[in-house]
Amino acid sequence: MSAAVIVFPGSNCDRDCKVAIERSTNERVEMVWHQETELPSGLDLIVLPGGFSYGDYLRCGAMAAQSPVMQAVKKAADDGVVVVGICNGFQILCEAGMLPGALLRNAGLKYVCKPISLEVANGQTRFTAGYQGQREVVMTQGNGDGNYFADAETLARIEGEGQVVFRYVDNPNGSVADIAGLQNARGNVLGMMPHPDRAFEAELGSADGATLFRSIYAAA
Amino acid sequence: MARVKVHVFLKPGVLDVQGKAVEGALKGLGWAGVANARVGKLIEFDLDGVEDPAAEAGKMCETLLANTVIESYRIELA
Repeated sequence: MSAAVIVFPGSNCDRDCKVAIERSTNERVEMVWHQETELPSGLDLIVLPGGFSYGDYLRCGAMAAQSPVMQAVKKAADDGVVVVGICNGFQILCEAGMLPGALLRNAGLKYVCKPISLEVANGQTRFTAGYQGQREVVMTQGNGDGNYFADAETLARIEGEGQVVFRYVDNPNGSVADIAGLQNARGNVLGMMPHPDRAFEAELGSADGATLFRSIYAAA
Repeated sequence: MARVKVHVFLKPGVLDVQGKAVEGALKGLGWAGVANARVGKLIEFDLDGVEDPAAEAGKMCETLLANTVIESYRIELA
């Protein structure tokens, strides 16, 4: 299993992701700069990390979605490579059109930063199979634009396809249908606002994020 | 050379929390008649070397300047 974290200017969870995945799985993770037009060969997992790419200017993730590397990431996803976008990475996936919908300013206008309980809405995905029936997990959230929006038609489609992977138990930001994380129709691209990379060992308050990373590796 | 102004707003039906906050603040200052406040963006630039500035600006909006899932845009040329 070979994994890479994409580094955009303004990413600040890139190293967190690398450490979290390496400690969770005992596998090495490479870092790839956003100006690259080709990814290392043989990748099984690509992570778009959290942070404030391009200072969140224009819209969160808008400029990162146009980075040279994103063409290669899209192609890899089309070829079946697993792509996970966390926080700003989720925003980038939506802006790049790799996931439906968009992330709006939090309904309460506040930056929300705290541990948060999530319902595993679909336990049959490659990302959640490792929870083995565990219905609720805890991860840390930290964002100002985490309010997931999709129009009624899109929402009906993603609900019908079982694409909602995580829901907030206590919705902190106004996200439609309490959506905290969702996957594409094919099931190889996941975007989520909470941080599994900040919940990979008990000392951090939760190790539920490690289970997500292990689950991806187990499914590969 | 054309001077391009692009106005970007959240679509009707998409919650504009900044607009709501501004509206609430104006009402709090005594302007009771304020309603439907919206906060958008104005992006201005010079554009040279293209045949059809309006069409090019449209492409820019679709590619980067607006997210048409949640936003609408209006282009002004001068």
